Amino acid sequence: MRGTTLRRLRLASQVTFFLLFVFLLIRTEFPGSVRSAGADVRVPYPVGLFLETDPLVALGTALSTGTLYRHLLWAVPFVLLALIVGRAFCGWMCPLGSMHHFVGSMKSEKKRGLKLLESNRYKRWQSAKYYVLTVVLVMALLGSVAGLLLDPLSFLIRSMATAVLPVLNYALRASTDWAYHLPLGPARIGVTGATTVLNATVLSFRQPHFHQALALGLLFAFVLALNLRVTRFWCRAICPLGAMLGVVSRWSLVQLQKHEGKCNDCKRCELHCQGGDDPIPGATWRKAECHLCMNCLGDCPEGGLSFTWSSRPGKQTRETPQLQRRAVVTSLVAGAAALPLLRTGPGVKAAGDPLLIRPPGSVDEEHFLARCIRCGDCMKVCPNNAIHPALFEAGVEGLWSPVLVPRIGYCEPNCTLCTQVCPTGAIWEMTVAEKIGTPAKIAPDGSVERAGREPNRIGTAFYDRGRCLPWAMAIECIVCEEWCPTSPKAIYLLPTQVTDATGQTKTVRQPYVEPRRCTGCGACEFACPIKGRPAVYVTSAGESRSRTNQFLLPENQPLTRS
Amino acid sequence: MNPRAPDDARRQFLLRVLRIGAASAGTIGLGAYLGGRSRRPEEGTALSVSRDHGVAANASLPEMVVAQGPSPQLLVQKAIEDIGGMSRFVSSVDTVLIKPNIAWDRSPEEAATTSPEVVAELVRLCRAAGARSVIVSDVSCNDAESCFGRSGIGDAARAAGAEVVLPHARYMREVDLKGGTLGVWPVLEAFLDATKVINVPIAKQHSLTGATLGMKNWYGIIGGNRSRLHQRIHESIVDLAAFARPTLTVLDATRVLMRNGPTGGGVDNVERRDTLIVSTDQVAVDAYAAKAYWNLDVPRLRFLRLAEERGLGRTDFASLRTHVLKV
Repeated sequence: MRGTTLRRLRLASQVTFFLLFVFLLIRTEFPGSVRSAGADVRVPYPVGLFLETDPLVALGTALSTGTLYRHLLWAVPFVLLALIVGRAFCGWMCPLGSMHHFVGSMKSEKKRGLKLLESNRYKRWQSAKYYVLTVVLVMALLGSVAGLLLDPLSFLIRSMATAVLPVLNYALRASTDWAYHLPLGPARIGVTGATTVLNATVLSFRQPHFHQALALGLLFAFVLALNLRVTRFWCRAICPLGAMLGVVSRWSLVQLQKHEGKCNDCKRCELHCQGGDDPIPGATWRKAECHLCMNCLGDCPEGGLSFTWSSRPGKQTRETPQLQRRAVVTSLVAGAAALPLLRTGPGVKAAGDPLLIRPPGSVDEEHFLARCIRCGDCMKVCPNNAIHPALFEAGVEGLWSPVLVPRIGYCEPNCTLCTQVCPTGAIWEMTVAEKIGTPAKIAPDGSVERAGREPNRIGTAFYDRGRCLPWAMAIECIVCEEWCPTSPKAIYLLPTQVTDATGQTKTVRQPYVEPRRCTGCGACEFACPIKGRPAVYVTSAGESRSRTNQFLLPENQPLTRS
Repeated sequence: MNPRAPDDARRQFLLRVLRIGAASAGTIGLGAYLGGRSRRPEEGTALSVSRDHGVAANASLPEMVVAQGPSPQLLVQKAIEDIGGMSRFVSSVDTVLIKPNIAWDRSPEEAATTSPEVVAELVRLCRAAGARSVIVSDVSCNDAESCFGRSGIGDAARAAGAEVVLPHARYMREVDLKGGTLGVWPVLEAFLDATKVINVPIAKQHSLTGATLGMKNWYGIIGGNRSRLHQRIHESIVDLAAFARPTLTVLDATRVLMRNGPTGGGVDNVERRDTLIVSTDQVAVDAYAAKAYWNLDVPRLRFLRLAEERGLGRTDFASLRTHVLKV
């Protein structure tokens, strides 16, 4: 096939996979309607497709847990793909790679004329990604996949979910809201119609607001902007998945053939080279760097370049990444040292941040850190905008891992969406029945007919009586009790005689928490009328996932109904 | 040397002076104009609307119908027929708002939200009566999409031919409720646009008012920080009921949430009562249900007493012309 045809095919593939990626990302949300009243709500699309076929996610979590969770086995075909066709994933499929490709193709002062040729020549700093990969994998082997926040799909989904899509949502909402309130008369139906279409496609019902959105958004913009200096800087120098595929591609069967006799040294093959892998005759072609974008073939006017299926490399080819032994050893040591260093701080083990409320179904913190790749899918899917990227709540190591912020959104008992979308089992999949538990059935004689099952707890609610209306100000309220979704309610009220400022005695209902019923969902904290710091708040104390973060002694008698 | 040069220079100079003058005048004018407009910013002005959605009394028809039977659909049909038929309340000029309780992310069996069958049948009757449009909406407490979905009301109402409006902030208008307790609050646009309003609450236990019935259901036409209302819940309920003045109240007591209200959870707190209470008197409905299901002391229930004092209806439900139907 001719180079230009191959190049078109590549572009078509990029567009297809990018659209598929965006579609699945947008559909990582509450499906909008519930099929039948009693059934668990499920995300109807395989929204984890990209992460669950990501070889780096599979390898990283396999090293850290010794297992492959749920669908991660689907990454195996993608390793095989790289074994046969090298880094074609980077050039043909990766949605982040395609964005880099797009931005990298824009006109830029730093890449004019000869500067562009020069910038596309192989550079030694491109080896950096292999050292990044080494650090990531050594850390994973020692039990933390924190490094996988550099996985390109994790990076892209996280940035899109917490920053890019909310920004789009805000802008579109603001403009349609503005148009809706214009004195348009009957023409308003146009605005309503446009909004309906947007609602059904890209807009989320509620404007999401995420912690760290600004930082994550600027970082994403910065990484994209790097392309204006060096095309695909991320892919060439940082991407650990690209590095992994580069290593795997050493046995791949696609070989670049340079027909030197045809070359008139016009250097056009370097003009649009994505990988910086020197396809030009006279230089060494770096197979591990090549994205198989086919630009060099398409750009060569003489037909001097071609790819062939062969186990034998062509002339002037280097199949393996160029690594320095000293740098490899350094990155091994760095990876090994990073984890102890991160975990010596007062992070999770020692103190336990009270605000470290993990999503429901989360495994205990040690296993959580061995699984959570910070992809942000749980944040994207939560219909209540309850899950946010952590800053240091889980220590520096837990950066951008998910935490629940009940003041912004509480955890709906009937919802298990985050447990469905988590690709690695950091949030273990769970049914609604498992989440809300079942009460024990007690016979009239007091014996246990059927043992109950404890609900999944993410924490426990506590009162700040100095801010609570009935406790501190002799004012009736009960909103927390009204919202409490457990049955029987974990919040109970005791009518109490209080005296108000005028000396009048009256009865108000003062709220208490029964911790054995409380699941820590945070509905009380969310609904508390005291804005800012609430009068009732959830901390992680008593969370199901932890054997140590407990404050109650288990009882022999199950808690019966009142 | 060009003889015209000095002239040209003068010309250039004059032109420049003109430009400077025009720009200065513009700046001064604009500044003075904007300066004169400066006021302390106030929150947007509130609408002032009040409308009685009721229809004229008819001495030959009952004021309250209590229908009992296993089929919610039949209950609605027979009860409405008995109180004069939907055509008594709705005609082709009417935009009807049907306001169920869709506050919580609960399934119909849990009885925290109105029965979807009751809502759907009301929609059908309104459409059959020729209503211009029928809207079903509520300002949910939990995530609205989930509530409309799980309660079954969203799908049922849509299938019956209603327009289902999710309570997005855009569809709210600031309205002066002119109550003793409630001043300016955001009100659902669907309510403001409606010419007829049918309140379709479900009977539930509530720890502050004993029961949450018809008048408390009006919490769902307003947005904002509703958690504040509980501090003076009785006054708030009555202010809203006085503002809402429905055409009809259809209290769903097919399933009654006897305990753990208003959110419920599970079916253990639910009792089947297979009853529908329909009345043009929103106070009487609440009084009846409070007495019938929780045996509450009606004369001592503050929101009922206040509502009666405001002239919103009668708490002495026994004095109404009442029909009891077995369906």
